[in-house]
Amino acid sequence: MHRFANPTRFFRIANAVLPVLAVVSAGLFAAGLYYALFDSPADYQQGETVRIMYVHVPAAWAALACYATMALAGASFLIWKHVLADLAARAAAPIGAGFTLISLATGSLWGQPMWGTWWVWDARLTSVLILFFLYLGYIALVNAFDDPDRGGRAGAVLALVGAVNVPIIKFSVDWWNTLHQPASVLRMDGPSIAPEMLLPLLLMAGAYFTLFGVMMILRLRGLYAGRRLRQMRLAAASR
Amino acid sequence: MTRKNQRIALIVGGLAFLGIAAGLVLTAFEDSVVFFFSPTDLRAEPVDPERRIRVGGLVESGSVERGPADAEIRFNVTDGNSTLTVRYVGILPDLFREGQGIVAQGRLQNAVFQADEVLAKHDETYMPKEVADALKKQGHWKDGESPYPDAQETGAQQTGGGS
Repeated sequence: MHRFANPTRFFRIANAVLPVLAVVSAGLFAAGLYYALFDSPADYQQGETVRIMYVHVPAAWAALACYATMALAGASFLIWKHVLADLAARAAAPIGAGFTLISLATGSLWGQPMWGTWWVWDARLTSVLILFFLYLGYIALVNAFDDPDRGGRAGAVLALVGAVNVPIIKFSVDWWNTLHQPASVLRMDGPSIAPEMLLPLLLMAGAYFTLFGVMMILRLRGLYAGRRLRQMRLAAASR
Repeated sequence: MTRKNQRIALIVGGLAFLGIAAGLVLTAFEDSVVFFFSPTDLRAEPVDPERRIRVGGLVESGSVERGPADAEIRFNVTDGNSTLTVRYVGILPDLFREGQGIVAQGRLQNAVFQADEVLAKHDETYMPKEVADALKKQGHWKDGESPYPDAQETGAQQTGGGS
């Protein structure tokens, strides 16, 4: 793994993977949205409103995966001090905040017709809102220091502390009474969702996760270039 | 122990500590974290009639009565062990029906729950209407039950309180 901490080697691979990942992501979005919006049945209870689920659920999964990525990258920055790990955590934060916002907004739009309310303070919704604020807090914190390494370390600690929230989000629907329904796909006894509805859901999940990969590589390239530029400016100023 | 291993130990130890702390806090505040109480919970302990609380459970089949006032409705909420009568005046969500999980907010006065808000609770089962109709026709599944045996069990747990 430490081989890929070398930026030159990492970006050689990442730049080769990027176009493939981008094409796969676009294809999965096209197929997933086609099945989700046109070629899948309406639900027996929710009717056509079920289609919001195909956008909402994978966004929430991606938001959690993104946070896990950010926390792991933060931990490896604290342990091994690889610059690329810090940049990866910084790259993941706004992407994860975006996914979280999508899942909060679409969930609210689904909740109004189905539950009868836009928002409730139950354990699932509240913990996801906290996830959103953790992302925003991380972004603010890492940029609040003149020395990027200090900012990165402070942010990594925040990301690790906030990681406690990830299992709370996942299991909130099992541990407490919530208005939000429990898991339908990632559960012990297999999915409780019809196969023709699981297909668009999984296509959309693939689309979101590959999009996450594409945006991570693009953001990492930008952040790394910014870091190089900073070093050059500092070197020029001290000469 | 190298400095790197020290840092790993510090992070792992810190996370374990935080996890335990979060677990203790959430257990201690369980009454505030749960979104609603079940009728059994409310039977077990007396509730201040002025306190706004939420009660959740399934709408008992055959218990829904309309009137006498406009948009007034009475129904029983059950968690399998005990039932509670809910009175509500207002517009019900689309998903409201007998056998459906609901969460009502209001006050418990004289053993009747005076609700000022009724929310429908959706379960984790997703299927096309034709499949649902076919299952019902074959008698595998009645209204208010889940066709997935375990989904029903978790549904009952939820409405049965967070014990």
